[in-house]
Amino acid sequence: MGGSILGNRVLRKEDPKFLTEGGKYVDDLLDEPLLANALHVTYARSTVAHGKINSIDVSEASQMDGIVAIFTGADLDLQQVPSAFNPMATRTLLATDKVRYVGEPVVAIVSETRSQGEDALDAIIIDYDVLPALIDLEKAMASDLHLYEACGSNVVFDTMVLGLPDNTGEAYFADCEVVVKGRFMNQRVAPCPLEVRGAAASWGENGRLTQWLSTQHAQGAVAPIAAANGVEEALIHVKTPDVGGGFGAKIGAYPEELLLGPIAKRVGKPVRWRETRSESMVALGHGRAQLQYVTIGGNRSGKVTHYQLWAIQDSGAWVDMGTILAPFMTRPMSSGVYDIPNIECRTTSVVTNTTPIVAYRGAGRPEATAAIERAMDMFAAKIGMDPAEVRRINLIPKFLEPHTTVVGQTYDVGDYETSLNKALEVSDYAGWREKQKAARARGDVKQLGIGVSIYVEITGGVGNGEAAKVEILDNGHALIYTGTSPHGQGHATAWAMLASEQTGIPMEKIDLVWGDTDLVPVGTGTMGSRSLQQGGNAVFAVSAELVNKAKAVAARLLEANEADIVLDKDSAAFHVAGTPALTKTWSELAQAEKSVGGALSHSDVIGVTGATFPFGAHVAIVEVDTETGKVTHLRHFACDDAGRVLNPLLLEGQIHGGVAQGTAQALLEEVVYDTDGNPTTSNLMDYAFISAAELPSIDVIHMETPTPLNLLGAKGIGESGTIGSTPAVQSAVIDAVSHLGVDHIDMPTTPQRVWEAIVAAN
Amino acid sequence: MLPAPFDYKRASSAAEAISLISEYGGDAKFLAGGHSLLPLMKLRLAAPSVLIDIARITDLSYIKDAGNHIAIGALTRHHDVEFSSVIKQHVPLLAHAAGYVGSPQVRHRGTIGGSIAHADPASDLPATTLALGATYVVQGPNGTREIAASNFYKGFLESDLAEDEMLTEIRVPKMQGAGWSFQKFNRRAQDWAIVGVAAWRRGTESGVALVNMDSTPVLATGVSAALASGSSIVEASQLAAEQANPSGDNNASAEYRKHLSKVLVRRALETASA
Ligand SMILES: Cc1cc2nc3c(=O)[nH]c(=O)nc-3n(C[C@H](O)[C@H](O)[C@H](O)COP(=O)(O)OP(=O)(O)OC[C@H]3O[C@@H](n4cnc5c(N)ncnc54)[C@H](O)[C@@H]3O)c2cc1C
Repeated sequence: MGGSILGNRVLRKEDPKFLTEGGKYVDDLLDEPLLANALHVTYARSTVAHGKINSIDVSEASQMDGIVAIFTGADLDLQQVPSAFNPMATRTLLATDKVRYVGEPVVAIVSETRSQGEDALDAIIIDYDVLPALIDLEKAMASDLHLYEACGSNVVFDTMVLGLPDNTGEAYFADCEVVVKGRFMNQRVAPCPLEVRGAAASWGENGRLTQWLSTQHAQGAVAPIAAANGVEEALIHVKTPDVGGGFGAKIGAYPEELLLGPIAKRVGKPVRWRETRSESMVALGHGRAQLQYVTIGGNRSGKVTHYQLWAIQDSGAWVDMGTILAPFMTRPMSSGVYDIPNIECRTTSVVTNTTPIVAYRGAGRPEATAAIERAMDMFAAKIGMDPAEVRRINLIPKFLEPHTTVVGQTYDVGDYETSLNKALEVSDYAGWREKQKAARARGDVKQLGIGVSIYVEITGGVGNGEAAKVEILDNGHALIYTGTSPHGQGHATAWAMLASEQTGIPMEKIDLVWGDTDLVPVGTGTMGSRSLQQGGNAVFAVSAELVNKAKAVAARLLEANEADIVLDKDSAAFHVAGTPALTKTWSELAQAEKSVGGALSHSDVIGVTGATFPFGAHVAIVEVDTETGKVTHLRHFACDDAGRVLNPLLLEGQIHGGVAQGTAQALLEEVVYDTDGNPTTSNLMDYAFISAAELPSIDVIHMETPTPLNLLGAKGIGESGTIGSTPAVQSAVIDAVSHLGVDHIDMPTTPQRVWEAIVAAN
Repeated sequence: MLPAPFDYKRASSAAEAISLISEYGGDAKFLAGGHSLLPLMKLRLAAPSVLIDIARITDLSYIKDAGNHIAIGALTRHHDVEFSSVIKQHVPLLAHAAGYVGSPQVRHRGTIGGSIAHADPASDLPATTLALGATYVVQGPNGTREIAASNFYKGFLESDLAEDEMLTEIRVPKMQGAGWSFQKFNRRAQDWAIVGVAAWRRGTESGVALVNMDSTPVLATGVSAALASGSSIVEASQLAAEQANPSGDNNASAEYRKHLSKVLVRRALETASA
């Protein structure tokens, strides 16, 4: 043995369970004693997009079989809760006076079985004064009808309110030889975790509420749950079972979850709730939904000198996280990987009668990347230069000291040109261009398209560090307590590798505890690709401290000087330097500590000094059937630099999933509403969720530029694939038909849109 | 996502199924593979009060060579149609089309009879059997009758089947070496067709049927007539949408569907003529 486990392709510890017995999700907690005889909660939801509630009649429903109770917002005495991001916008957790989107919860039904609750739905009669539905972003922005009257406008956030200047319009480009404009819709998508939302609540005799939640951040749910129940935070215990995906949409606690405690209290029994897929498609937050007005200017030799972006962010019907992604994520990243001397970026967030927008994989950075990358393509097309070449001309040169862009964002380290070179070389970009030329010359029905994107993004920007505790059990096994919250990423494996590296304890003897707020009271959860660089970093540092503590115990037992104690990681045992025969194992040390009333454990919150900025370059190759508009994604090359790699297998998993979701946005997925605000994509038949059959196998190109900002040199990888792939694939589709006169196709590039673009260009 | 309450009866023969449906009347529904009916029930778009499960009538699951035609029991699963050597030999277009229905899971549950009886214009097998000139055998309280596929489809999810009738057999003429093609155009591999085309050609004879181009599957007789009178494939395929009245949805406008049908018919006929 010997040597470090770090950097190796270690198989996932959690997989045998998931592949054999399966995960245990909220809805699987059937033998949980605290949930014995739990009742089921079903929510009646608004069927209109915008309306005043005149009356709610539950009389018939309450007579139905198995119905225990039915609550309206008034019954639960719900108060107006202000948005964290704009306090003038307030709502009750069940709509009481007004509904603002189809799917908004209005009534809670408590029943003995789940199907009884669904049966009662049809019998609940809610009478509305229907108001015009504001679905179109720009119409909502201009409308005199306001979703939140107190806001006085449907604009609920604007960078101008932060004191930032407005964009100056065309005058900005007066000195440019070439100016290109675009209007891009970065469309609304649904996160679609395989496990929909679920929660359960049970009051104990001690007056404490135990709440199970399918969440990315248990600790963050404590305060809102305490507030919803009107109790102190100490009385709230949140537990996280296995979570089948979140993609950002499970960061915050939702009304349906927050109401379970109050409902359980009133019915005097524990309650559980699990939404259906159809509900999830309209009531779990959506992502993206940003309209972009872009202007780019520069000279004919390819230098971009001016860039202007107005990002109009759809907030949906609540001022949720989505509202602030444009100003605080898109705007700072508007410069992308480019050295552009003049940038203006205004963002405006607008409420509409649609499902609220929350953080979704990438959360504001994919939008920034898509805008600048599309603009670069259009600029390249205008001056007749290869799009990869135009990018190269404008890249920020390699920097290993912090670099600050003109929008004021400081990146840690970057070597964009190398990532571009690698992606072009491995993908045989030049070769594809030759093939494309030949196919065009032949006039083939099926044409090749090649798309390049280069991106930089922000990871680990959420939180200033993370809590970790490592505890040694009597048998020498280790338990890691982490404030991160895995839901597919592989923390059980990754954190075990880090602790094993420090302690020598084999990975199979290391288990992970997370998402239980009694056991892990401090934690920032898993979001924004922060886990390894903050949570993993903390596990690594705390494990090292624990080894120091163990050395002190070993010194006591071996009657030696602490400084002379060494840990032999191969045998996971301590001895005095020079006398390796006499050892103390982790188990012996743990027992010794226990015998004197202590415990062999260490816990700490390890700070980090800011976000990191992973980057990379993607090349997508597509084939477009020019008669039907159908796109086939042939190859995808992803060079993602996430700093030092802990486990390439986990890294590739994140890239594969990210590329799949990013490609899905480029080619397939879009949440659609009709003009009355009825969602028309609220199941997985109508919503074009991607499957493996629509994806090529993905070529991952490794590149490592470590960050100085944490012990591990690690940056985030959770969202990179999504950020890099979308513009590359969209660009490839447009490239395939650009010789026919097409200069832009909005996403998703559906067959009909591609066909229409070809027809229009003719 | 949970169906409304219903009663469940299991029939072990066609006769028993028919007597049960006569007993329960209009609120009862046959349950075959359940892969069209159950999703509708879960979305509460259908709420039959009684389900009569016919899936275990094993003597209605068969594939027989009956001389001029192949006889297929209504409860034969798509998977069995896809892999039947008899069908592959004599009606290869049908075996091939069956392989395009949904995913393997769907093909192991769904039945050819259910697919036809459901009369969904977006389904692959109604149009395919229509193109092939199939005859459907149905059984009711007063005995059996035969319905030509071209007379069977009456409207969206509506057929010539009476409420108390059951589809028992599908008779598909042998293709006698005709060239053929099945073109399914969709966005995701497992999706229903946005537009589909089932076509065969043998000399001057041909059959062309369209999936999802109207409220019923469409037999594009105009295309076949044009071919028979000497038109080129390119010319004939321009007539693909003449007899169709497609509607628009999230995937495709009516106009785009018409365009697609012409391209796909042309491609199908080129393949069938090769
Ligand atoms: C995910 C998914 C994807 C699918 N994709 C496709 C696809 O791409 N292409 C495609 O063509 N289909 C597709 N289907 C539908 C599938 O082919 C169904 O199996 C088929 O349409 C119905 O057959 P069934 O046996 O499941 O019928 P059921 O769902 O059991 O019944 C359908 C209807 O027909 C009636 N019925 C059934 N059998 C008889 C009978 N013998 N006599 C009288 N009435 C009867 C029932 O009462 C019911 O009204 C898909 C289904 C799913 C769930």
